[in-house]
Amino acid sequence: MADAMKMRVTLEGDVADIRVKMTHPMETGTRVDQKTKATVPAHYINQVAATLNGKTVMTAQWAGSVSKDPFLGFKVKGAKAGDKLAINAEDNLGTKFSAEETVAAK
Amino acid sequence: MDQLRRTFLKSAGIAGSVVIAIAAGVLKTGEALAAAINSAAFDAKKLPDAMSAAGFAGAVESSDIDLKVPEIAENGAVVDVKVTSKIPGTTSLAVFVEKNPLPTAAIFEFMPGTEPYVNIRIKMLQTSVVRVAVKAGGKNYMVNKEVKVTLGGCGG
Repeated sequence: MADAMKMRVTLEGDVADIRVKMTHPMETGTRVDQKTKATVPAHYINQVAATLNGKTVMTAQWAGSVSKDPFLGFKVKGAKAGDKLAINAEDNLGTKFSAEETVAAK
Repeated sequence: MDQLRRTFLKSAGIAGSVVIAIAAGVLKTGEALAAAINSAAFDAKKLPDAMSAAGFAGAVESSDIDLKVPEIAENGAVVDVKVTSKIPGTTSLAVFVEKNPLPTAAIFEFMPGTEPYVNIRIKMLQTSVVRVAVKAGGKNYMVNKEVKVTLGGCGG
């Protein structure tokens, strides 16, 4: 079973540098499949939320024009070793994905 | 905490099949995802409409938004966008691609303590201006940079 989401957290001082790699086709809904000639239905992550110890630190809304297998990098201040960073994402079909990492000591 | 995992094969008109791994679990955080999608912004076909709908009308150009995009993108399907807003009090940031059929690519909201920085990769159909707009202290600012695309990236 593939991991829908992988997260890496690096602590630089008290700033957590977070890198997330998601696995998702991110279909815009306008692409025509060359073999079937059918338009591939829209299927993309449209909401993302990041939390630090359960408190929301960032939210995002995405279009199908975010690249396939989306990468997301962002930074949170005031993080320390032992803190829990979580990413929750949802796509336009209502499928939910999530990942959690504990910040490691630098 | 229980975590329910289901994998199923879904054929979506694509040759072969798409395997979607679903990790459906209780949201550990208790925080809801963005309450509603700004459909008006994401459905807008022209950049000025997208800007207004996303809440960035009247944005003035600012050299304090550091936008890193390639001058030439060989693959329009994956264009790296790295942006830092140096404007104090930045609370939200949006990425637009002027010549995409739907210009709004992403809208971010930063809660206090989160750096106004994002790194994402977007699709560009053709050579176009990439615009980043930010809201800081209730005012709107923006920066524009053209990215030349040699191979368009919406899968056509």
